[in-house]
Amino acid sequence: MSIEPRSPPPQLAAKLQRAFGGRAGWGGFVLQILFVAALAWICYEIVANARANLQAQRITAGFGFLANTAGFDVSQNLIPYSGSDPYTRVFLVGLLNTLLVSIIGIFFATVIGFLVALGRLSPNWLLSRISGGYVELVRNLPPLFQILFWYLAVLAALPNPRQGISLFGSFFLSNRGFVIPKPIGNPGFEPFVLAIVIAVVGSLLLQRYARKQLFDHGRMIRIWPYVLGMLVGLPLLSSLVFGAPVKFEIPELKGFNFSGGSRVIPEFVALTLALSTYTAAFIAEIVRAGIQSVHKGQMEAGASLGLARGSTLRLIVVPQAMRVILPPLTNQYLNLTKNSSLAVAIGYPDLVSVFAGTTLSQTGQAIEIIGITMGVYLLISLVTSALMSFYGWRIGRSMNA
Amino acid sequence: MKRVSLVVALALAAGLSTQAATAQTLKTVKDRGMLSCGVSQGLPGFSSPDDKGNWTGLDVDICRAVAAAIFNDPTKIKFVPLSAKDRFTALQSGEIDVLSRNTTWTLSRDTTLGANFTGVTYYDGQGFLVKKSLKVNSALELNSASVCVQTGTTTEQNLADYFKGNNMKYEVIAFGTADEAVKAYESGRCDVFTTDVSGLYAERLKLSNPADHAVLPEVISKEPLGPMVRHGDDQWFDIVKWVLFAMVAAEELGVTQKNVDDMAKSDKPELKRAFGTDGNLGEQLGLTKDWVSRIVKAVGNYGESFDRNVGAGSKLGIARGLNQLWNKGGIQYAPPIR
Repeated sequence: MSIEPRSPPPQLAAKLQRAFGGRAGWGGFVLQILFVAALAWICYEIVANARANLQAQRITAGFGFLANTAGFDVSQNLIPYSGSDPYTRVFLVGLLNTLLVSIIGIFFATVIGFLVALGRLSPNWLLSRISGGYVELVRNLPPLFQILFWYLAVLAALPNPRQGISLFGSFFLSNRGFVIPKPIGNPGFEPFVLAIVIAVVGSLLLQRYARKQLFDHGRMIRIWPYVLGMLVGLPLLSSLVFGAPVKFEIPELKGFNFSGGSRVIPEFVALTLALSTYTAAFIAEIVRAGIQSVHKGQMEAGASLGLARGSTLRLIVVPQAMRVILPPLTNQYLNLTKNSSLAVAIGYPDLVSVFAGTTLSQTGQAIEIIGITMGVYLLISLVTSALMSFYGWRIGRSMNA
Repeated sequence: MKRVSLVVALALAAGLSTQAATAQTLKTVKDRGMLSCGVSQGLPGFSSPDDKGNWTGLDVDICRAVAAAIFNDPTKIKFVPLSAKDRFTALQSGEIDVLSRNTTWTLSRDTTLGANFTGVTYYDGQGFLVKKSLKVNSALELNSASVCVQTGTTTEQNLADYFKGNNMKYEVIAFGTADEAVKAYESGRCDVFTTDVSGLYAERLKLSNPADHAVLPEVISKEPLGPMVRHGDDQWFDIVKWVLFAMVAAEELGVTQKNVDDMAKSDKPELKRAFGTDGNLGEQLGLTKDWVSRIVKAVGNYGESFDRNVGAGSKLGIARGLNQLWNKGGIQYAPPIR
C-alpha cells in the first residue's frame, strides 16, 4: 500500500501577496494597484485631451485617410505600386523597403563584423592593426555623415547613364544605379527550381549521414565533391532536358535612363553600405570581447588535439563565445534597423520617408501617422529580439546538454 | 526634422499646446512681446537668413509687416525655420503664430489642417529645372527622366499627375529638404529638379554654375502661395489677412516707403481712411489707427517688397507677371480699406 505524499495546503492569498506586494505585503499590493491605475488614467487623459483639442481646432482625426488615394510615386517598390493606390499601399511599400535594407544590412554587418573581429585577434600584426583602425575610424563618426559620404562619394564617382560603364553590353553601372538583365521565367523554370530544391535537400541529408558516421564510428567522410556535383549537376541536367529556365531582358539606354532590366538604386547601395559598415564596427568589438571571454585553455586544447586555428575557432571557441555575443549583438541589429530611418536624407524611400514624411504632410495627420510608425518600429524590434532570444535559448540548451 | 515633428506631435497629443481654439492670439503675441513666425529653412527671395542672420524675403516681409502693425517694430519676431513636412504641425501646436512659408493654398489644406489661408502673397506654378547640356526644350521631352523633389509638398502629386497625363515614365527621388534634393540633382543623380518656378530660380542661384541650368517653359500647376493661421481665432485671421491687403492697397494708392509720411498728411479721403486720420479702421482690427503707415514704413508696399526680394531689384529677377496689380495686368487685388 502506497502512501500519498501529503501536499501542502494551497496558499493562494499568500502567493498573490508575495507576487504583487513583495516584502511590503498587502500595503505594497495596494500601492501597485494605485500605480497602475494612475498610469492608466494618465494615458486616458492624453488620448482624451488630444481628441478634444483636435476637435476644437477642427483638425481631421482618425484613420480614414488610409483609404484615400496617395497620388505620388516611389522610386523603389518591391510590390507593384502606382500613384493611384491608397495610402495603405504606400505604408506597405515603405515598410518593405525598410525591412529590405535592414535585413541585407544586418547580413553584411554580421559578416564584416565577424571578419574584422577575427582580423583584430589575428597574430598577423598588419591585419590586426588594419582591423583595429577600421573599428576606431568607423564607430567614431556619426552614421548620418557616413550615409551622406557614401551617397555623395558613390554618386560623384559614377558617370551619367549615357557614359555608363557597361559590362558585356548587358550590365550597366551609372549614377542611376546598377542595371542588370532581368530574368523572366521560361517553361523550364519550374523543373529548374525543383532540381535546386532536390539538390539542397540531398546535400543536407548527406551532411547528416556524414555527421552520424563521424560521431558513431569516427569515420570522416569527404562529402563536398558529391554536394558540389548535386548542386551544379542537377540544375544543369534540368536545363538541358527542359530548356533554359529563364531568359533575360537586356536593359538598353532609352532617352535619359535605361529601360528594361532590374535596377539597384544608388540610394539603396549607399544606405546599405553605410549602415552595414557602421554597425560592423560595433559588432567586431562585441565578437572580439566574446571570443576573448572564452578561456585561453580552450584554444590550447584545440591546438593540442591537432585542430587548425580556423577549426578550433569555428568548432570550439565561437560556439562558447556566442552566449556572450548574442545579447549585445541583438542590440546592434535593432540599432541598424532604427538607423535605417536616416534614409530620408538621401532620398531612399523607407517607411519614415514615404509614410511619416510625404504621407504625413499630405494628410496632416501627425499623431496617427507618427503613432503607426512608432508602433511598426517597436514591432520590428520586438520580433528581432524574440528571434535572437530564441536562438540564444537554443545555444544555451545545446551548451547544457 | 523628424525629431521636431515628433516633439510637436507629442506636445499636441499631451495637450501642452498653449493655444486653445478660441485663444486670443493677438493678446498672446502682445504679452509675449514677440511674433513667432514659421518660415522656410532658406529659400532666397522668400525667406532666407543673410550672413548676419537677418531674415529677408517676401514671406519674411509679411511677418515683419504683422509685427510692425502690432508693435511698430518689425524686428520683434522669432523666426522658426521649418521643413515642408513639419510646418503644419508647428502651426497646429501653437509653436508659431503665422506660417509664412511659400505654402500652396489647396482645399484639403484649408479644411483638414485646422488652419486657414489668409490670402495669396505670390501666384506661382510648378516648373522644371534641367541642365542645358541635356538639350531639352520642353517638359514633354522628359520621358524616362529621373526627377529630384523635396518631400512633403504638393509637388510630388503634381508631378505624378503630369507624367501620367502625358503618358510619360519617370523616376522620382524624394528628399527631406530642398537642399538635399538640389545637391542630388547637381551631382547627376537626377536629370530634373522640380518645385515651384519661383523656387527654381531661387535654388538655381545656389548651384555652383547657375548659367548651366535652365527653367523649362511649362508651368504644370497652380500654386497660390500664402500665409496660414490657426482656425478659430477670427480676429487674428483678419489681422494677417488685412496686413497683406494693406501692402497691396498701398501700392495701388501710390504709397511707398519714402513718401509715406507725406501721403499720411494727404486730404484724399481714401488715404485719410487708410492712414487713420479719418475713422478708426485700424482699431476695428485690434491694431492702432496708424497701422498702414507702420506697415509701409517697415517693409514698403507690396510692389516694393516684391522688387526688393524676388523681382527686378533682386538676384532672382522674376517678372511681376500674375503678381502685378489687377489694374496693371496682374491679379493682385485688395478689397477696399473702408
